Amino acid sequence: MSAAIDVTGLVKNFGATRALDGLDLQVTTGEVHGFLGPNGAGKTTTLRVLLGLLRADAGTVRLLGGDPWADTSALHRRLAYVPGDVALWPTLTGGEVLDLLGRLRGGLDPARRAALLERFELDPTKKTRAYSKGNRQKVALVGALASNVELLLLDEPTSGLDPLMEAAFRTEVEALRARGVTVLLSSHILAEAEALCDRVSIIRRGRVVETGTLVQLRHLTRTSVTADVAAVPAGLDALPGVQVVGIEPHGDGIRVRCEVDGEAFDALLRILAGAGVRALTSAPPTLEELFLRHYVDEPVTVTP
Amino acid sequence: MTTAVTRQAATARGAAPRTSAGRRGRFAGTGALVRLALRRDRVLVPVWIAVFVATAVGQAASVASLYPDAPSWHQLAESVNTNPSLLALYGRVLSDATLGGVALFKVGAFGAVFVGLLSIILVVRHTRAEEDTGRTELLGSTVVGRSAPLAAALIVVLGTDLVLGLLTAGGLVATGLDAAGSLAFGLGWAMTGMVFAGVAAVAAQVASVARGATGLAGVALAVAYVLRGAADSSADGSLTWVSWLSPVGWSQQVRPFAGERWWVLGLGLALTVVLAVAAFRLVERRDLGAGLLPDRPGAATAGRWLSDEVGLAWRLHRGTTLTWALAFAALGSIVGGLVANVAGFIDDATLAILEKLGGTGTLVDAYLATEWAFIGIFTAVFAVQAMLRLRGEETSGHGEPLLATALTRTRWAASHLLMSAGGAAALLAIGGLTAGLSCARAFDDPTMLGRMLQAAAVQLPAVLVLVGLTLAATALAPRWASAISWGAVVAFLLLGELGPLLRLPQWAMDLSPFAHTPRLPAADFSWPPVLWLTAVGLGLIGVGLVGFRRRDLD
Repeated sequence: MSAAIDVTGLVKNFGATRALDGLDLQVTTGEVHGFLGPNGAGKTTTLRVLLGLLRADAGTVRLLGGDPWADTSALHRRLAYVPGDVALWPTLTGGEVLDLLGRLRGGLDPARRAALLERFELDPTKKTRAYSKGNRQKVALVGALASNVELLLLDEPTSGLDPLMEAAFRTEVEALRARGVTVLLSSHILAEAEALCDRVSIIRRGRVVETGTLVQLRHLTRTSVTADVAAVPAGLDALPGVQVVGIEPHGDGIRVRCEVDGEAFDALLRILAGAGVRALTSAPPTLEELFLRHYVDEPVTVTP
Repeated sequence: MTTAVTRQAATARGAAPRTSAGRRGRFAGTGALVRLALRRDRVLVPVWIAVFVATAVGQAASVASLYPDAPSWHQLAESVNTNPSLLALYGRVLSDATLGGVALFKVGAFGAVFVGLLSIILVVRHTRAEEDTGRTELLGSTVVGRSAPLAAALIVVLGTDLVLGLLTAGGLVATGLDAAGSLAFGLGWAMTGMVFAGVAAVAAQVASVARGATGLAGVALAVAYVLRGAADSSADGSLTWVSWLSPVGWSQQVRPFAGERWWVLGLGLALTVVLAVAAFRLVERRDLGAGLLPDRPGAATAGRWLSDEVGLAWRLHRGTTLTWALAFAALGSIVGGLVANVAGFIDDATLAILEKLGGTGTLVDAYLATEWAFIGIFTAVFAVQAMLRLRGEETSGHGEPLLATALTRTRWAASHLLMSAGGAAALLAIGGLTAGLSCARAFDDPTMLGRMLQAAAVQLPAVLVLVGLTLAATALAPRWASAISWGAVVAFLLLGELGPLLRLPQWAMDLSPFAHTPRLPAADFSWPPVLWLTAVGLGLIGVGLVGFRRRDLD
């Protein structure tokens, strides 16, 4: 299995500000990889290094087997990019921008271009200055999706889109995955990453603090369990990996609330079953909880 | 925005009558915006004002040295007032009784046009251009009234015009001209500027983008200039009344140094107020970001020429370049008529001075060489603004999607370099051709065409030095690129214009690349300066292209 993106120990300083502080990021060929973090964590800086717009101060960066700073032009024929803040030439129409960027990359599939314009309900005859943020973003998205490339770099691609368009975007990314295209999707919209990504990397203050599949990451957090039982279950406090939040009378029985590690689930269920389960709810951790776990202990400072 | 304004208005309503409460809401935040505008313009505006004052003072000083006494003033006035193309270009010399009357004929109407242009650029920069970037939206969501951005822009620009006029008057008095006349001259410039600030304020509401607004106001300015030109050059004086239709003409109707008519200034002030009120009415009626003129739909697909970076660069530079080309063609076409007149009227003493300034050729050649030195600087202004577009594209974020394609940085920079240097070469070719044809006709001498084309071509190396400087600054000191390159243009212009008058040391004047350009057709062509200027230009371009590949992009 080859790596589409392989970054180790990447450092980038802007004056006295350290934007990236030893960042490691591995994206496997053919996967949709979520790149998650709050504003200012260094997502866009990382993408701009991957595009060869910024030069790494330290660390190694390999993109599609090449060096993004030295082999920029050759690599860019094989990738497409959607910036987070899409700035377009105000006097050109959306259609003109699409074709221009497509031709500069080395070709655009006209049939896909037409289909995507339809799907995203974008009017290509409008001057780009008349577009809303969402529509400007659609120009970049349609351009990227209609190009025949191996790798897509998407920087918060849906931040200006309405829910219908977000759904269209997800369908298109699924289609890309089926074609074997690698996607790096930077986002702070967690539902999007949950719906789309094979693996995610969580970035915080210029470092990747966690990486893996969502299943793997769920191992790292706790599931909330609420059970209504007939009697107080015995041995609950002694069970490793379980933290009891509350045991209180509920109706004619007892309500037990606890947080449980993935490995302790089996043992917990046995004990609960022994106490006569009447109702049981178990909520898997959301990415919000993953985030909270990483960001709750210290306030996040936003660097530009 | 609505809530903020409403709350502001509601607070005020408790204390004051309704009308004043509404007004305070509409203009809330104007003071803060004025400070913001002054902060943004703290370099641009002082530099512009300095250029205007220096131009007026330099002109007065140079005429004073060329035409020392009353008979020479009379001769100059006579020769200007009997030449239709000079009249169309500069206007009439209204009085030859004092030095002031004749000293400023070249810069009166011309300067007024440029003050008007400055006002248009500034007003649009602080109104429509801000809306285009979306910054007004951000401001509008704070406690900023709907009319506040326009009010702030007008306060800043009208203030700039007034300061410019007063400092110009002060400078003229310092060179020894009559105080009342100097004040009338300075205020005449300021008045024309104010009127066009008003025109730009209205245009910024009517057009839907900044360039459109500048274009509309610019057309009004051009029409005003042409109207007064027609009035001044009408053979029997039958069209003189047309001058009263033109705010540029009004600055002449004030009659500085020729029995000042102060009430004409009131005319300009009244029109400014009318235009400003109209603009405020329009602001209250339209949506933020929208104009009164609708956008037309454009092409759904890109044409064949828009397939690479050169096609894009041409599309971005097209409008500006064609406007400049028209201006150069117009300038070239009148050169012949202007110069044919020169031969007849200057005395020997003046001739000696002109020859000293312009080289060893004949008087006509000396005059032509001086004109070409000016045209060289004009060309550099075009080339620098075109080269700075690269930096503009970078900071506005347009470079990011481009460079994410297979386009290399070098080819991207080179596309704008081509528009800058290639455009400058084309402008000089147009200027040389039209000047050559008009001179050939005026002197009935077909060799003029070749000589003018040569005089045009020889300007290119110095222009190339400034292009290279701009590109190198863009690559190595991006944040300072604009200040460095415009600073160099202004410095070279001042060195060339004022250096001889201030008797600066030769080494100082030699800092300007234009000081080394052979003064064709007055002097002989010589290869060494042309070759080394070209080498310096190409060297700087090389440094720029390599440096641009190596730095982080914004």
